[in-house]
Amino acid sequence: MTSAYWAIDNSFAMIGRSLRISARNVEALLMAVMLPIMLMLIFVYIFGGAINSGTAYVNYVVPGIIILCAGFGASTTAVSVTHDMVGGLIDRIRSMPVASSAVLTGHVVASVVRNLVAMALVIGVGLLIGWRPAAGVADWLAAIGFLALFMLSISWLAACLGLLVRTVDAAGGATFAITFLPYVSSAFVPVDTLPTWLRGVAEHQPITPIVETTRGLLMGTPIGSSWWIALLWFGGITLVAFTWAAVLFRRRTA
Amino acid sequence: MDAIQVQGVSKSYGAQQVLTGIDLAVPAGTVFGLLGPNGAGKTTLVRILATLVRPDAGRASVVGHDVVTSAFEVRQKISLTGQYAAVDELQTGRENLVMVGRLRRLGRSAARRRAVSLLERFDLAEAGGKLVKTYSGGMRRRLDLAMSLVTEPPVIFLDEPTTGLDPRSRQQMWSFVRELASGGSTIFLTTQYLEEADQLADRIMLIDHGVAVAEGTADSLKVRVGGERVSLTFASASSVALAVADLDPVASTATSVTVATSGTAAEVRELLDRMDKIGAPVDKVAIHRPTLDDVFFALTGGGPR
Repeated sequence: MTSAYWAIDNSFAMIGRSLRISARNVEALLMAVMLPIMLMLIFVYIFGGAINSGTAYVNYVVPGIIILCAGFGASTTAVSVTHDMVGGLIDRIRSMPVASSAVLTGHVVASVVRNLVAMALVIGVGLLIGWRPAAGVADWLAAIGFLALFMLSISWLAACLGLLVRTVDAAGGATFAITFLPYVSSAFVPVDTLPTWLRGVAEHQPITPIVETTRGLLMGTPIGSSWWIALLWFGGITLVAFTWAAVLFRRRTA
Repeated sequence: MDAIQVQGVSKSYGAQQVLTGIDLAVPAGTVFGLLGPNGAGKTTLVRILATLVRPDAGRASVVGHDVVTSAFEVRQKISLTGQYAAVDELQTGRENLVMVGRLRRLGRSAARRRAVSLLERFDLAEAGGKLVKTYSGGMRRRLDLAMSLVTEPPVIFLDEPTTGLDPRSRQQMWSFVRELASGGSTIFLTTQYLEEADQLADRIMLIDHGVAVAEGTADSLKVRVGGERVSLTFASASSVALAVADLDPVASTATSVTVATSGTAAEVRELLDRMDKIGAPVDKVAIHRPTLDDVFFALTGGGPR
């Protein structure tokens, strides 16, 4: 067997481990799923009536909630990476003839899977409360693929943040920006309703083109240049976070 | 052949010097005990040997491979059981073992078979399917050790394997270590318990503040603080005074006198007869063998910590 075979087998072993642990960490799982669903209900039934989005608000907000959900998922990922780094397991693995990237790969893949499951639940609840997407099969597949890329990029970013902080508590806080950015974007309100100075921020931060692309694919609203701007963000974030994580991982464990 | 060689290894973190010029050699198939109080630098030395930390100066090799330049080869020959049980709480014992087996390139089915036999051997067969978070401290340590033995590497590092364990679990760990040693593994053990080093190790090094204070067999270290002693306790202060005047005591208190002895029955009998003769009848007799505690405190110059 070649070393590439074993590197992949090692990654699969660690992916399986992270998935099992995710499935058993019931509190974190409930948190990652319940919070976006609660927020969706709050936005749709409480704030929604006062927000003029030019359409039934539920149709406007669900794509935003899906993005928000991934942000909460990222915080779980950062916490579990930090948890591994402060525990003894990482030393055991580093003292074995194993490519240590397998550990982070396990976390990131499990993070994407968790996020996809949470997304499916948000979509399900959305449909129940009257969300009516206008997407065909191809649109759905494109949207899911697009969101999976988004989850991959923020999972690597979350892994980075998890490596950067020294305590499990700090890891939850470090992902604050990821969970907060959707609020200053077109996720919940049309950007042109924001004050001018904030509009500049909202239009140029990554979440807005991501939301607009998702909304375009699922609701048939115009996408324009959003899709490739979003893909550039994904590529950039993934590349930077992946490289940075590799450096941090080596430094943290040296 | 030496399984572990360390020459002039030093390490500091910032201004704090953790290890200073450590030299040691561990012959293959023996148990080496690194003994010292908390903060002596034991864990740092283990981490250097296990390729987790680079030394600032000096060289170290394990089974002939340099720990810095051939870290990957070293990792194929060692296992590390750290001070804190390195196990996943939210996996079962079996899952933890299979995971390590797969990381060690056994492949899925061989890793499973190995997990079953290790659970059996470490008295965890029944608990193997339960999440580790339900395990007791002793069970965790046994699982931790089992995880280190998935591929039976020739050199095994055990960093304080019994710290925090109850006496029964400690005895159990000791018997596992003895079993490994008799199977021919080279074991590098750190401990803050003098008794543990005495019980398990062929050779012992004492370190304090990162400096090697003494090295040798348990017996040779004990000889360094002198041989056996006999303490005579007297019923009256006047007897003590007579005894002190007659003997050449190494220590005395208000009620007792301690002298050096060979420990033979004849010598003790002669001593008691002599005390009777000078009118200082002995009430109680106690013979002390020096313990590693005595060695430790004598050589590090400190009192009990």
